[in-house]
Amino acid sequence: MSEPILTIEHLTKQFDGRTVLDDVSFSVQEGEVIVIVGQSGCGKSTLLRCINALEEIQGGEIRLRGQPISGNAGKLAEIRQKIGMVFQNYELFPHLNVLDNILLAPVKVQKRNKNEVREEALALLERVGLKDRAESFPRQLSGGQKQRVAIVRALCMHPDILLFDEVTAALDPEMVREVLDVILGLAEDGKTMLIVTHEMQFARAVADRILLIDGGGICEEGTPEEFFGAPKTERAKAFLKTFSFERKIRKEGMKVPAEE
Amino acid sequence: MNWDFIREYIPLYREAALLTVRLGLMGIVFSILTGLVCTVIRYYRIPVLRQIASVYIEISRNTPLLIQLFFIYYGLPKIGIRTDPAACGVAGLTFLGGGYMAEAFRSGIEAVDRIQTESALSLGFTGGQTLRYVVLPQALSISMPAFMANVIFLLKETSVFSAVSLMDLMFTAKDLIGLYYETTECLFLLVVFYLLILLPVSLLGSLFERRLRYAGFGN
Repeated sequence: MSEPILTIEHLTKQFDGRTVLDDVSFSVQEGEVIVIVGQSGCGKSTLLRCINALEEIQGGEIRLRGQPISGNAGKLAEIRQKIGMVFQNYELFPHLNVLDNILLAPVKVQKRNKNEVREEALALLERVGLKDRAESFPRQLSGGQKQRVAIVRALCMHPDILLFDEVTAALDPEMVREVLDVILGLAEDGKTMLIVTHEMQFARAVADRILLIDGGGICEEGTPEEFFGAPKTERAKAFLKTFSFERKIRKEGMKVPAEE
Repeated sequence: MNWDFIREYIPLYREAALLTVRLGLMGIVFSILTGLVCTVIRYYRIPVLRQIASVYIEISRNTPLLIQLFFIYYGLPKIGIRTDPAACGVAGLTFLGGGYMAEAFRSGIEAVDRIQTESALSLGFTGGQTLRYVVLPQALSISMPAFMANVIFLLKETSVFSAVSLMDLMFTAKDLIGLYYETTECLFLLVVFYLLILLPVSLLGSLFERRLRYAGFGN
């Protein structure tokens, strides 16, 4: 195998002495799509936040193309340009319109030519169906539209890897689809992505590999077929069970209105 | 009402009003700068300076302007720093206003969610760029109502300048009353001139606030 884009070795993360991630190791190859699942509070979002150093880590090492991220404060801003992050609540800048939200970082941080970036931004906006909203302000957009803008904003930085932190968790159900379709499209383009989600159907469709995080570590890892078809561990089985519903069995003697 | 008297002394009041406005505006500009400096110090949590800023803000907000002026006007010369009345007025107003402006800006900065900063950092912005392009524009627009209230407050506080023998509106009115006992007319002129200064500022402020309200609408 070639050199991985992202390597995580023996990562340990504690909050005030409480261990959230304990000795987590995995790597991400170029073009790979990895979905991270797990119960709320298991540390999957924390893991993503550690990767672009929004959280300090207490042990282990995270490297992007061999370059250490942790403890590399001097190069942090430079490294973060290579890591695109999309947040649960979009986090567009409310004082800027859609186009300026997208252009701000490429122009101010990467010092790229504004016209050139604008053309790229408009092309990407067209691709996610929002070209006509380029002049709108975030407050004028729906949640799904804002999240698509946030994805375009991350893409315009030409990152090596994209991190998605429960990007549909704050959306109304009918808007989830439009955002997930965009991410599926990116997967088809061969973008390297690390996705934290609670959408199991989507995970099955998009992932090359699925990681289940439980008890501070990766407790199951496999292809979608393996993970959903034949989970190896009890914890994975228990986790998957929380997503299925069984037909309600009525107690005897209860009247069923439909049968009256 | 003695209209002839009023007509005769309008030019004098105009002079005084210009002085009030000139010194008031200077004080406000320096207050904004002082407030911004304190805000940046506290935002970056610079050790020592941060404690100094906090102490300064508490003193400036919790002592009357009159006392601050007396300190500058009568106190500082005792340690060899001599100021003319105008500089003293501006310095006093700045000392008072800086604390108020710092608090207004701080409330604005605190209203910008931490995750907005993280969002900017994750795009590769440095800390300084994040403050400049993401946090401050939002914070300033959020603190606009408090800011405008401070501007009006500071303009009104200039009436204390008369205590250090500056020929401002208040001084002029008191002087004329002492000379001619035309109390009603003098006070009438005083109120009218303060309104002439402050009403446009107030109206402009409301207009400003409405234009800058985008950040208040969530993201």
